[in-house]
Amino acid sequence: MSDMNQAMIEKYRSNFLKEVEANVEEGHWVKMCMQCGVCSGSCPMQNHWEHPPQEIFMMIRANKRDEVLSSTSMWMCTSCYNCIARCPRGLPITHIMHGLASYGKRLGLAPKEQPTVKFGDIFWNSIVQNGRVNELKIGVGLYFKDGFAQGIKNALAGKELGMAMMKTKRMNPMEYFGGHKCKDRSGIAKMLKKAEEFEAEHVAKFGK
Amino acid sequence: MSDNKIGAYICKGCGIEDRLDINQLVMTATRDGKAAIGKEHEFLCNAEGVKMIQDDIDNEGVNKVVIAACSRRAKTEAFNFEGVTLSRANIREGVIWIRPEDDEHQETTQEMADDYVRMACAEAKFMTPPAPSEEQGLTRSIMVVGGGVSGMTSALEAAATGYTVELVEKNDALGGNVAQLYKRVPGKNGLQGPVDTGMDEMIEAVNGNDKINVHTGATVAKTAGAPGRFSVELSDGSNFTVGAIVQATGFTPYDINKLPDLGGGKSPDVMDQLGFEQMVKANGGAIKKSDGSDAQNVVFVQCAGQRSSKEGELDYYSGHCCATSIKQAMYVKQAGGDATVLFDDLRVPGATGEDFYRCGQENGVTFSKGAVSSVDANGSLKVNYKDLILDEDTDIDADIVVLATGMLPNSGVDVEGLLAAESERGEAVGDDEKVAAAEQKIEFIKSRESVLNLDYRQGPDMPQLTKGFTDSHFICFPYETRRTGIYAAGPVRRPMDIAQTQEDAAGATLKAIQACENSALGRAAHPRSGDLSFPSFRKEGCTQCKRCTVECPFGAINEDENGYPQYNEARCRRCGTCMGACPVRVISFENYSVDTVGQQIKNVDIPDEFDEKPRILVLACENDAYPALDMAGMTRQEYSPWARVVPVRCLGSTNLIWVTDALNSGYDGIVLLGCQKGENYQCHFVRGSEMAHIRMSKVDETLKTLNLEEERVATYEVSIADIERIPQLINDMEKTVEEIGMSPFKF
Repeated sequence: MSDMNQAMIEKYRSNFLKEVEANVEEGHWVKMCMQCGVCSGSCPMQNHWEHPPQEIFMMIRANKRDEVLSSTSMWMCTSCYNCIARCPRGLPITHIMHGLASYGKRLGLAPKEQPTVKFGDIFWNSIVQNGRVNELKIGVGLYFKDGFAQGIKNALAGKELGMAMMKTKRMNPMEYFGGHKCKDRSGIAKMLKKAEEFEAEHVAKFGK
Repeated sequence: MSDNKIGAYICKGCGIEDRLDINQLVMTATRDGKAAIGKEHEFLCNAEGVKMIQDDIDNEGVNKVVIAACSRRAKTEAFNFEGVTLSRANIREGVIWIRPEDDEHQETTQEMADDYVRMACAEAKFMTPPAPSEEQGLTRSIMVVGGGVSGMTSALEAAATGYTVELVEKNDALGGNVAQLYKRVPGKNGLQGPVDTGMDEMIEAVNGNDKINVHTGATVAKTAGAPGRFSVELSDGSNFTVGAIVQATGFTPYDINKLPDLGGGKSPDVMDQLGFEQMVKANGGAIKKSDGSDAQNVVFVQCAGQRSSKEGELDYYSGHCCATSIKQAMYVKQAGGDATVLFDDLRVPGATGEDFYRCGQENGVTFSKGAVSSVDANGSLKVNYKDLILDEDTDIDADIVVLATGMLPNSGVDVEGLLAAESERGEAVGDDEKVAAAEQKIEFIKSRESVLNLDYRQGPDMPQLTKGFTDSHFICFPYETRRTGIYAAGPVRRPMDIAQTQEDAAGATLKAIQACENSALGRAAHPRSGDLSFPSFRKEGCTQCKRCTVECPFGAINEDENGYPQYNEARCRRCGTCMGACPVRVISFENYSVDTVGQQIKNVDIPDEFDEKPRILVLACENDAYPALDMAGMTRQEYSPWARVVPVRCLGSTNLIWVTDALNSGYDGIVLLGCQKGENYQCHFVRGSEMAHIRMSKVDETLKTLNLEEERVATYEVSIADIERIPQLINDMEKTVEEIGMSPFKF
């Protein structure tokens, strides 16, 4: 998707705020932030992320495009909705964070090593394949996301829990090979294909 | 006074009968107080009790009523008798409610009540019912100085009540600053964005109103007289009489040439807000640089030269400037450009302001929290600032930079600053450098053009409260200046926006009308509203020392050619500060004088030294300290049975003779309770408490000549909320007396 990234850079040049308003879900709200900082103070992740929402909004206005879109900060959002509930200006901050995250991902700028980004990939790939989530595959995928050796370590650490789940028939190891599928896989595939077409259209429109 | 006929009435209600020996109180009144009639009643404030008193006034010729019951602040409507004087002995809040109810304390409680009855009778003897002087004039006309939005609003409001208005404007046209605006911030519904100023319609309404005489191109050459009868001469030769004055002289923007670091004066494209308005108005909404090209980027620098601690800059904030910059940024957006507002904290008070800010954001104005360090004005403009959210130094290019500067009030001559500078010069004699500095200050103050040219001894304009603004107390008495009958409205009073100014103008106008009507009846203005008494002096005794004219906080007193005081009763607020100041004690009110208080002090029974019953005199300001003591009673705080509380109109009315006499007649301690003085004063009469404190600072000498301990006299600043502290202060004095022993002056 880096073509799209290039196209966007061309189109908006020095106005990242306008780019956000046009392309990011709920992005038109960003200009309404009045920098009170209530969102930052309300966020349960406030000690963990690099830029609080208020700062992200200010960075957008200050044209810090790459810094924002490649930031890990939006990916840390746990969707607790505290910020939305408290924002005196009524900004849908959680939604804007998700919008920014997915826009960065679409442009290929999202941080590669961020766990939530990786989880998103694994989840997406799983659901696209069978039309439903294969929990075992997602679990194993997450165990091994940081390499084979780490994966073995993770697996050994979770060994007892896994054995117990198998004993009580909460987990079937055979699911790893194939596993359940949804009834109309081709229907799902068609739906996703159509969505991709829409998106391509959208990008083509902005690419000009 | 031979025609005294005192009627003393003792109330038995509210539990007084259970705690005190009523018969003895009646006897005290008739025997010690020389009351011709002494009666008791079950329930004095009910219709029957009031009728009993009224009957005695009508049939028995009682002309001095003494009521021993609740505080003078209670039941004032019931105890309201025409044509007689009224003294109140506070034996409820002041005695039974502040003393414990048991046999052990019975004796001292009864003594307290007896003393209050004696004091009230003594006071009664020296009071006469106040009657209006012959100075009154009713002029249903006001002068408004200043023809801007505040002045015109004031004129229209006054005209709407039927008053005639003399509207004086220095410039050749009405409209002031607001007429120079392209648009204004709306007074309501901020979401609608900038709206028309409405000035053309307002000017038309003023010019078309036959109750308003407009004098443009004119200034006030002389204002003499007092409320109800101000005679005014204008620079164009016309003259008229008005009953009251509204000063609505507005503001001047801070000079941006004083801000060279922000590009002020260095480029024609760096301008203040008013300059920007004029440019946009001239171009019909287009935003153009000085070279005539369109401006794409406009940067607004908030708090330029204000809210600053730098020398020569303003340390206050001007209220309107954030909203004004938002408005101007919206002009830029509407013209298709980009606008950035660099603010530290954006202040847009009220729902309208908040909506207006929102409207600016919706219109795409960029708001950045940043501290501007400098503006490069060589060639193209660049604003250097620190982004306070991202915590980094950065810059932004601009075609036009607008500096949001502050308001300077058009207050006229700083009369008090002049006095201070003159005394500075006097003190500095010998030190050439300091003398020169003081003289420079004096010259600067004198160079300011006077607005009212008052023919007052105290100077041509009104005293300024702070930062050059004309007011006397922003919170407690808005519009009230320290010159009675002259009211300030709009930005000359404090920084404000158009909507606030209009509200202010209406308020000040109503005050001015009230002043006209009050002075016609000889009544005082705020805070002793309706008081008919006024000060007079015994000319034979006067030494022309001018203390009264100097100390009067309201400039009410002029001096005649021989140096005698001239009381302009309508200018007077009836605080009695002059009475307190007078070293020869010739100033008095009909119902409040050196004698009315002095006799109360003298008529307290002073037991001899061996009785071990000290007496503590408490002089309490009737505005704050006395009500606080009443509340102490209501909440049953206990205080010393030795205290004898005398309310005073203002601690400023305290004459040193009261203190000297009290000490001479054997009081063991004196507690003086006034209001907070100084910069954040709470005194209803502005400087009364301060004057009292200055006077009392010299009481030590008196104590020394009497060979008494300095601790025997204590002066405090208290507030009406000090209902626990004030009893404590009195008890502290009791303890002090215990420690240092009884006064040796008991005879």
